[in-house]
Amino acid sequence: MVRRALLVAVGAAMIVALAWILARPVISAPDPSFAKYIVGEEKSGYVYLDSQTRAMEDDDVSNPGFLWVDKGKALWNATDGTAGTSCAACHGAAETSMKGVAATYPKYDRKLGKLIDLEQRINLERTQRMGAAPYAWESEQLLALTTYVKLQSRGMPVHVAIDGPAHKYWLEGKKYYQTRRGQLNMSCEQCHVEYADHLLRADRLSQGQTNGFPTYRLSWQGIGSVQRRFQSCNVKIRANPLPYGSATYVALELYVASRGEGLPIETPAVRK
Amino acid sequence: MAIQNVASRLLVPSMAKKGDIIEIKTIIMHPMYSGFTKDQNGKTIPREIINTFTVSYNGKQVFKMELQPSISSNPFISFFVKADQSGSFEFTWVDDNGDVYKNQAQITVT
Repeated sequence: MVRRALLVAVGAAMIVALAWILARPVISAPDPSFAKYIVGEEKSGYVYLDSQTRAMEDDDVSNPGFLWVDKGKALWNATDGTAGTSCAACHGAAETSMKGVAATYPKYDRKLGKLIDLEQRINLERTQRMGAAPYAWESEQLLALTTYVKLQSRGMPVHVAIDGPAHKYWLEGKKYYQTRRGQLNMSCEQCHVEYADHLLRADRLSQGQTNGFPTYRLSWQGIGSVQRRFQSCNVKIRANPLPYGSATYVALELYVASRGEGLPIETPAVRK
Repeated sequence: MAIQNVASRLLVPSMAKKGDIIEIKTIIMHPMYSGFTKDQNGKTIPREIINTFTVSYNGKQVFKMELQPSISSNPFISFFVKADQSGSFEFTWVDDNGDVYKNQAQITVT
């Protein structure tokens, strides 16, 4: 009787111990090849991938994001609009002129008096300087150009200004990030701060960094912007997604970018 | 449903020694609609995939692949070939709708 009770107790203790181990965040020794993707407490989504997905990202031919980079390069050099110019006509080679630029976006534009992201900047250049129609949000052209421009910052650290005129937008983004919403009544912070590194069913929650956007997501079978990701995050917790280009999403972009300050730009990243 | 301006990328070594086994990598932008996915309105997107990929080396076919609907979008295909003469590789992708996409690369074999 006593022996049986003892066995049951040991068995139960083992199950509890196993459950505790499985539920814990990853504590394995960091792989040295991850070193550049981790800055202090910040971790790029790269470190949460399996080796095959990482291999896909690391090779510029197997990385499907480069198909859009090629298109972006063609658009960069193409003449468009009533002014008869191209991006290249004013900015020359993107490899030189765009180096480090995307790493500072979103940023406050003094002339407009508001915070804008990279997509908005590209469209502003088109409408104001080229006399060309703006590209639709999430269109192949806007994604291609954004990816091409941000690629020129690849390897450079994310470096966004959150002080001065940008500060009030950063606070707005932070408030959105920390507010519970939707039918599941969850905030961004819960998955990406509180439960980062924990398992959500069979998937390990990342910190929700944006250093790799526009990103080729295997689940999208295509490349997509950070605002598309925000929309799907909203939908997943059954909250109303905001329209592309909404001021709140741009402010949120700034806050989320600041959470990855110092992480290397990985565009085009490959993710699940 | 024709696809405009299809982009493809290649990685072919520009130089090789005679007899070397070289790796060729290719990727093409194509949605590869399996015929089992639905659009935003819940309507099934009809099948449209690249069904054949062939590669010829100075006119002689060295690689052929028949693709099925289970293959993901933007298919990446790589293979090995023995470099034995200078010349060019021709890459051909055939779409279900009859469109043919091509690319080519040069190689110098010493």
